Amino acid sequence: MLEKMDLQDVLIVRNVYEDAERAKNKKAPLGTDITIENYTNDNISAFDVIDDLDDLAKKDQDTLLSVGVDTSQEDRAGSFVQMDQSNIFTAQLSSDVEVMNTGVALDKYPWVKDYLWNAVKSDQDKYTAEAALREKEEGEYNGYFVRSLPGTKEFFPVQACMFIADKDIMQTAHNVIIAEENSELHLITGCATGDDVSSALHVGVSEIYLKPGAKLTFTMVHNWAEQVEVRPRTGIKQADNTTFINNYILTSPVHSVQSYPTTYCEGNNSRALFQSVLSGQKNSYIDVGSRAYLYGQNSSAEVISRTVANDQSKIYARGHLIGEKPEVKGHLECNGLVLSDDASIYAVPILEANSSGLELSHEAAVGKIDEDEIYYLTSRGFTEEEAASMIVRGFLNMDITGLPPALAEYTKKMIDMSVKGM
Amino acid sequence: MLLEISNLAVEVEGKQVLKNVNLSIGEGETHVLLGPNGAGKSTLFMTILGFPKYKVTNGTIKFKGKDITNMPTSERVALGMGVSFQNPPAIRGITVKDLLKYESGQEEDEELNPRMKELADKLKFNENFLNRDVNLGFSGGEVKRSEILQLLAQQPDFTMFDEPDSGVDIENVELIAEELNVILDKQKKLSERKRSGLLITHLGYILNFVKADKAHILMNGEIACSGNPEEILADVRENGFTGCVNCAQCL
Repeated sequence: MLEKMDLQDVLIVRNVYEDAERAKNKKAPLGTDITIENYTNDNISAFDVIDDLDDLAKKDQDTLLSVGVDTSQEDRAGSFVQMDQSNIFTAQLSSDVEVMNTGVALDKYPWVKDYLWNAVKSDQDKYTAEAALREKEEGEYNGYFVRSLPGTKEFFPVQACMFIADKDIMQTAHNVIIAEENSELHLITGCATGDDVSSALHVGVSEIYLKPGAKLTFTMVHNWAEQVEVRPRTGIKQADNTTFINNYILTSPVHSVQSYPTTYCEGNNSRALFQSVLSGQKNSYIDVGSRAYLYGQNSSAEVISRTVANDQSKIYARGHLIGEKPEVKGHLECNGLVLSDDASIYAVPILEANSSGLELSHEAAVGKIDEDEIYYLTSRGFTEEEAASMIVRGFLNMDITGLPPALAEYTKKMIDMSVKGM
Repeated sequence: MLLEISNLAVEVEGKQVLKNVNLSIGEGETHVLLGPNGAGKSTLFMTILGFPKYKVTNGTIKFKGKDITNMPTSERVALGMGVSFQNPPAIRGITVKDLLKYESGQEEDEELNPRMKELADKLKFNENFLNRDVNLGFSGGEVKRSEILQLLAQQPDFTMFDEPDSGVDIENVELIAEELNVILDKQKKLSERKRSGLLITHLGYILNFVKADKAHILMNGEIACSGNPEEILADVRENGFTGCVNCAQCL
């Protein structure tokens, strides 16, 4: 019956809006509380669609490049750019993937509605509630829909960019990513702000689905401005024999980021890997975690983070593994360097074992740069300052595993570039 | 004199380790430093290098005629000093290749120069190894060979070797010694040798392959005895360090 109903009716039946209405004032349990009302919808400009990414201003092109979105589109399977609330560019460059605006996808495929507010709930907190209610009010769905077709293996990544061009606005995006059965899909998503945007709020809802046998890598690079508040809400559902790899890179200043992407390893032999590289600059308040529910037989998850706190930054590096079946495995690894007396790192690993015979572990080490390492490099001719910065760069430049070689190299370059730009 | 240490006293974390060290090494000379465990041999090395933890409370260190007692390590290295550590730290994210490029004066994004590739090959390191994080998970022998390779890149005028043969199998000791002789200009005629070295060795095995001009025994924070390396080593083997120092034959 749901098939024949229109989208809003379906979501009403599923209580999506009612739940959102109730959660309108529900503070997120983590992170600073944002007054959503401070970000108006009135200032949002409607941007025209562009024919080519080269039509963007040079400085915007450079910003896109800094978050991994290559305007030449070389070695890309597709591109998507959203400026404020306008989808200004979409390109589908491979026949193995579909790339379009979520609204367009909902018109094209009636079944897409079943994927909305499913891996992420509208009443999770006031940010998801606001995003759901905005969709209801405006009848518009922003964000991207990316889908790999069954049985395909596209090695080139699809690139997507969320760009905030106007100040004091709240940008919302509702992304749906589906890796169909036995397919392989790679996504690079970059988020950034224009030069003159001092303050804004970004709420990105991403719902990710991996069908049996699928592999999906999701690499996200953030480059926000100093007064931007960021609240991504990500949920992943993994079927049998799936592999999900999430890479998150943040090395530029931001006012605050709070996110806790959560994967539900429902399928047997499903595997998740979360890798984060976080460098806190200036007054940044960063609260980033990764959570995995291990429901499937032999499912496993690994959470690895490298954090560096500079200046007056505060970083919470969280990990939460929930083992629900015997034989599941999970490991958390958190390494942090605190480089300023005014900065702090809180490593919060949580292991929850709800069955016998499972294996969950964690290791965390937070401290300063080992002075023997600095001495060693000075004995090779580096000054102490050069040695320290090289060690920090090396520390953050971890080997990102699970990507095709070209993309791995590109990601490493991206990390290196953002770390150098710190 | 290339290196001239006079009346050197050094404290480490408030504890006096060296009391009154006097040592001079000329151009083209190789000296050996012997002494019991805890005598301060490594402390002397680190002090010559200028590591901040090693506090000079008295005396001076001159290198190439310059007083370097208070000079930062990187400047001493720029003047021509080098070292091979006994147990260097592992550093994540910094590869052997990164260091070799810097040490041989190359830019970060350049290809490693053919000379270094050839030397790496000679020391039995392949491309994969050069891309590994420095000292991370290296075997004892790999650590030593990597240290020597880096010195070959640096080409210092004065090199200190801290136990270059410890933990290395016999076959590789010869390989290391061969390159050590290159670093110390040993293939050149005596009169043409420019580069000098100071070696710490426990067992003296490496001295079968690297000829030293002079040996010193460091005991109780002082150079207690100096002389012919072979004689001193033979005496230490027979009578121990104390016995050797008590012998009046020391020069």
